[in-house]
Amino acid sequence: MQLTNRAKPVDRRPMNAIERLYLWNILKGMMITIRHFFKKKATIQYPEQKRPFSQVFRGLHILNRDEEGRERCTACGLCAVACPAEAITMEAAEREPGEENLYREEKYAARYEINMLRCIFCGYCEEACPKDAIYLSQTFAPANYGRSGFIYKKQDLLIPNPVEDPEGFKKAQGEIARK
Amino acid sequence: MSEQHIKLPEGSIEKTTTTLNLGPTHPATHGVMQNILELDGERIVSTEQTIGYIHRAFEKIAERRPLYQITPLTDRLNYCSAPLNNMGWHLTCEKLLGVSTPKRVDYLRVIVMELARISDHLICNSIVGVDSGAYTGFLYVMQYRELIYEIYEEICGSRLTTNIGRIGGFERNFNDIAFQKIEKFLDEYPRVLKEFENLFTRNRIFMDRLIGAGPISAERALNYGFTGPNLRAAGVDYDVRISNPYSSYQDFDFSVPVGTTGDCYDRFLVRNEEMWQSLSIIRQAMQKLTEFKGAEADVYHADVPEYYLPKKEDVYTKMEALIWHFKIIMGEIDMPKGEVYHSIEAANGELGYYMISDGGRAPARLHFRRPCFIYYQAYEELTKGSMLSDAIIVMSSLNLIAGEMDA
Ligand code: SF4
Ligand code: SF4
Repeated sequence: MQLTNRAKPVDRRPMNAIERLYLWNILKGMMITIRHFFKKKATIQYPEQKRPFSQVFRGLHILNRDEEGRERCTACGLCAVACPAEAITMEAAEREPGEENLYREEKYAARYEINMLRCIFCGYCEEACPKDAIYLSQTFAPANYGRSGFIYKKQDLLIPNPVEDPEGFKKAQGEIARK
Repeated sequence: MSEQHIKLPEGSIEKTTTTLNLGPTHPATHGVMQNILELDGERIVSTEQTIGYIHRAFEKIAERRPLYQITPLTDRLNYCSAPLNNMGWHLTCEKLLGVSTPKRVDYLRVIVMELARISDHLICNSIVGVDSGAYTGFLYVMQYRELIYEIYEEICGSRLTTNIGRIGGFERNFNDIAFQKIEKFLDEYPRVLKEFENLFTRNRIFMDRLIGAGPISAERALNYGFTGPNLRAAGVDYDVRISNPYSSYQDFDFSVPVGTTGDCYDRFLVRNEEMWQSLSIIRQAMQKLTEFKGAEADVYHADVPEYYLPKKEDVYTKMEALIWHFKIIMGEIDMPKGEVYHSIEAANGELGYYMISDGGRAPARLHFRRPCFIYYQAYEELTKGSMLSDAIIVMSSLNLIAGEMDA
């Protein structure tokens, strides 16, 4: 049946005399295999070696801090709303006087959990955050002994505090800056 | 029933055929699907298909989601070519919302879609090889599918379940590395495909194995509702990209490979040829992209403030942008009332999205037209009377993907 004028029949001619020879086919196949034998290996020795990821790679989450080490998240809940897998749970709390060095905004997340077993790494939480607080990092393939270990608490997600660990903070910031 | 069939005494209740459960978890089914085969020796007497092993109620879930949250669901239909599903979904939303996309977005989409088509056909054809006993080809081409996945990763940050693009365009512009990777792919891939064809296409062992396996006539295929490569292999040159162009496909010059008998060999040849056509489409699109000058050369999304998120810098600093940001993320924008059907030529055939909107914030009803679901209905007709080992090849050459079948 002809619907367009762009049809192009595929080449389906019968086999010729040479193609009928099993030996020829086996030889042809062997030649290709042997050629590949001397080629550069395509595999890498994971986990000792790792392939470089793209700058926008969507791996495990991190919660950001500002330069003074205060948590950026203000528990607005947008990330949890945006999450198609319903993986994020949080509880908000109000900042008490004297906690200004801990939290950047008047409201903060007292509890913040991401269930990594539910998460599909779609990246919507990062896109939804209006406070520059949550990012997907380049770390991936978490391992754990039990299911409860995959529910990441706030402390597991927060990046190092610049006051205590300037090196670690810088590294995490570098990863975010590339986004 | 064959000649040497066992004769049972009169009145015996013993069965003369063997029941074989092929699947749901079987290494040869490439997915979670079950076939209950009745075998007379090696020959298939009848088959019964069961579906629903990975039914995830996507259509129901979608009724409670704002449009943007449905994109990750479509990733999981045909997971071998997730970007195609994503694009199909965005195009459907745009049709409902009446958004027209700039040309550059269309061309970028075409590039991503054709890359996805190549990766899907590549998997399908090399799996046909594996199922007919030739593992080599599969092993060699897999590293080149990796190149395609790296391009996705550069654009959206993920490789398999891509969630690529947004309503109106892309989440970010393609960076230089992405373009370099596309160039590299265009450069290296023809040689690989040539070698792949060298291994398979005119190989007697392969031809003997595939020719005549699982044929379907054009008429029967149409009756079943076949589309895509499987219909074209039967000789009907139906291609949504031509009959109902979307995403500026009318600007591209490509041909539609068609087969004659609709057997496994035809399907293999059609897919192989389509990969060549896709390569040429990507080349044309890359050429067209160079023609954009000035501000046009950086356009990567349409102007849809109700659905496309404002820039992050604005969200951090401007009140108005922040309000829009909240409105979009919370899904607080009512959709126009209406009904849309949009279909794209996905790797497997016509992938359609039928959405009814009652003016709410989520679709009132959404249906996915999944080509695999339709192919699976014809499975009995294609395999009846053939050998057991042909059943496996038919399954892989129809490119039955459980994720797409069950939705
Ligand atoms: S990446 Fe997606 S699924 Fe995972 S927590 Fe963020 S929004 Fe939820
Ligand atoms: S991470 Fe961002 S989006 Fe999520 S609650 Fe905190 S501030 Fe809001």
